[in-house]
Amino acid sequence: MTTTQTAPAIVPDFGDEAETRKIAFICSKGNLDMAYPALIMANGAVTEGVETHIFFTFWGMDMINKGTQDHLQFTMLGNTAMHMPSSTKHIPQGLGGLPGMTGYATKMLKEQIAGLDVPEIPEFLHELHEMGVQLWACKMSVDMMGLDENDLMEEVEDIINVNDFIELSDGAQIIFV
Amino acid sequence: MAVTAIAGKEVHVDDEGFLTEYDEWNAELATELAANIGIDELTEDHLRVIAFLRDDYVDQGETATLRRVQKVGEIATKELFVLFPKKPAKKMAYVSGLPKPVGCI
Repeated sequence: MTTTQTAPAIVPDFGDEAETRKIAFICSKGNLDMAYPALIMANGAVTEGVETHIFFTFWGMDMINKGTQDHLQFTMLGNTAMHMPSSTKHIPQGLGGLPGMTGYATKMLKEQIAGLDVPEIPEFLHELHEMGVQLWACKMSVDMMGLDENDLMEEVEDIINVNDFIELSDGAQIIFV
Repeated sequence: MAVTAIAGKEVHVDDEGFLTEYDEWNAELATELAANIGIDELTEDHLRVIAFLRDDYVDQGETATLRRVQKVGEIATKELFVLFPKKPAKKMAYVSGLPKPVGCI
């Protein structure tokens, strides 16, 4: 007796016939550790064949603003769970208030992310755009920050108001970051 | 793990149908695997991706992600979406007789 049997051909179900799924991420924060999760999930979504949108609002605008997107930072302040990734030893978040700590923490995080071969934010957004993810800027945030379309990376589809966003995300699963 | 017959050949596959034995794959099988998932013809461009994935798997011990195919294999991700529509990472692994990539990017 053998442990395996010849079975009829098994073909993976890649969901090609399934109804189109749709996801919309809302990026509202410009901290490095808030920027990455949305982009990594968006990458997962689009490579699973899901129609994917990202709407940038408030400080999330810094991710698509050419003047700020290369300088996103990570701060320990406000993170009561702070510890080094490779250790469980707690670091009091107040230490993040010391001069130079934000720069140091940012450098550490960037090195760790690069070590996983994950691109920096501007390149990541370019790649997502190439894969078909649609990037949208929030009209009110653009006005509030005194920006116009020339300030935004060219991969951004358009500057839209919240009604437009609600309309285009009809039927989508919405993830607020 | 099950044994299934593809292109008249018995091969080992996992629960989803991905080949589990690297050496059981051949070009004829690839054509059949592609047809199974709606890719009617394997062009030179498909074959270039498959060749990279199989060689890279031997080097790395795991299936290349889309990012690796772009960076190391120098094949644009955009092109991979055309060759293996909707779910390129999984589809190219399937046709290449390799496991699904485990990396997130």
